Amino acid sequence: MHIYLPIAGQSVNAVFIILLGFGVGVLSGMFGIGGGFLTTPLLIFYGIPPTVAVASATTQITGASVSGAMVHMRRGGVDLKMAGVMSVGGLFGSLIGAVLFRMLQASGQIDVVISFLYVLILGWIGSIMLKDALVALGVVGGKQAQAGTARRNRWVASLPLRWRFYASGLYISPIAPLAIGFGAGVLTVLLGIGGGFIIVPAMIYLLGMPARVVIGTSLAMVLAVSAVTTMVHAVTTRAVDIVLAVLLLVGGVIGAQYGALLTLRIKPDMLRLALAIIILCVGFRMLLGLAWRPDEIFSIEYL
Amino acid sequence: MTARFPLVALALLAPLLIAADKPVLVPDVSARQVQIRYSFSGAQLLLFGAIAYPGGRRPESPAAIAVVLRGPVQPILLREKQKIAGIWMNADSSRFRSAPSYYAVASSRPIRELVDDRTASIYELGVHNLQLSPGGGALPEKERHFEAGLLDLRRREGLYSQDPHGVEITDGILYRAVVTIPSQVPVGTYTAETFLIEPNPDPSKSGRVVAVATRDIEINKSGFERNVWLASRRHRFAYGIACVVLSLGLGWAAAVAFRRRF
Repeated sequence: MHIYLPIAGQSVNAVFIILLGFGVGVLSGMFGIGGGFLTTPLLIFYGIPPTVAVASATTQITGASVSGAMVHMRRGGVDLKMAGVMSVGGLFGSLIGAVLFRMLQASGQIDVVISFLYVLILGWIGSIMLKDALVALGVVGGKQAQAGTARRNRWVASLPLRWRFYASGLYISPIAPLAIGFGAGVLTVLLGIGGGFIIVPAMIYLLGMPARVVIGTSLAMVLAVSAVTTMVHAVTTRAVDIVLAVLLLVGGVIGAQYGALLTLRIKPDMLRLALAIIILCVGFRMLLGLAWRPDEIFSIEYL
Repeated sequence: MTARFPLVALALLAPLLIAADKPVLVPDVSARQVQIRYSFSGAQLLLFGAIAYPGGRRPESPAAIAVVLRGPVQPILLREKQKIAGIWMNADSSRFRSAPSYYAVASSRPIRELVDDRTASIYELGVHNLQLSPGGGALPEKERHFEAGLLDLRRREGLYSQDPHGVEITDGILYRAVVTIPSQVPVGTYTAETFLIEPNPDPSKSGRVVAVATRDIEINKSGFERNVWLASRRHRFAYGIACVVLSLGLGWAAAVAFRRRF
């Protein structure tokens, strides 16, 4: 069944998009990630203009993170103060990101930058996860990561102006979470990703937040930043396709619920291994897109 | 040839007299308006009509018909990717001030056989005869390179097409052609032009266009699609709020629905 997307200006197979949303939703429910880093590249492979893909995937992330954030909120797993500070950073990040986006669009390099950042981030995260999963499964030897607050970064501890974050049990400068939020905001605008898979390690390794509040806080922050980013895209690039977003959401929110159920039945290390392989495949496909002669040498920009 | 000569001479001497004697085209299209709705996946337009010869006399050599459907003109910037440091990225670009967003030509015989290049470019008959107005004072070589790139790209997208045998003429009077419009066409006023071409009996010489007729076709987004598109342009902030509220609502609804079920 074909449905016409009013902003993208082309018709797509609705069933395919819903299934894509569902598949990514299952993954996001299983791994507690927004899934934007999979949605956007897959939409681009499908032939949606990159700008529209990025902007509409952002809208989907908001919907996908709602139910997760609600669950963690009920369990008290959200450090609201921390999420607030990071969201403020995210707000500025998304505004700066929008300016960057416009500059890159004008210079004609936005597609390359999007692909290049994806290759870097997916390759980096994917290989870390693959290594962790293989170590955990006992396939290769290696030291297990140490638990505890000893990981807290010395650089973060040296920042001035400390605040108390009671829910996280931290006494640190708000500048570090602000900076993390800022980075996530920039990436959200540029890449259409929530940034959950970058924020979570950053919160654990840089800030030293306890695991029980990390996922909930990152979901709350992703929720706020992706909502703001949708607004930024709607006002500046005008590339948010509400029909595309709804199709993705319908599949995505249902998929997320099934994914959360599946988590209980599959060994978590196998899950991580599977996710690592998926991430590396997407990253590799993006790399091929950069290195191989593209199908279309020419591209059109409307003035 | 000898029977024709006085006619040509007369045409040169007294154009007014001949004007009343010229064949007239009576064109029509299967749809004056094309609405882009939620299920729009392209459309097929039938361009048809009749050739009305003065006094109902048909010429002994059959005339040819060419129909052109063209979309609104858009200024565009065409970028070309090149491999730089192992990565394919946009390197060079060129502007075109008047590239039609859509162009389809169908004719009863290949245009090359009917008219010479000069006539073809006057009437913009054929994809290669479009007046794209490249701007920026580029070298002619680069201009041609980019022009070829644009034509090739749009041809493969189905936005430019050329069918040398796409017009069917019945009994030398009725003609019809089917033109396909892909789903990604821009909205606007399209023009369907019909040309009646009298081929020159001498194949080495150009035939001439004896009659032209035009019909407008409106391609619009309608209903919901139109409102969404307008809202995203005119009420950006409200549109953004609507998107956020919608995604929050759907996420929340799924969470609630599944909590009850499991």
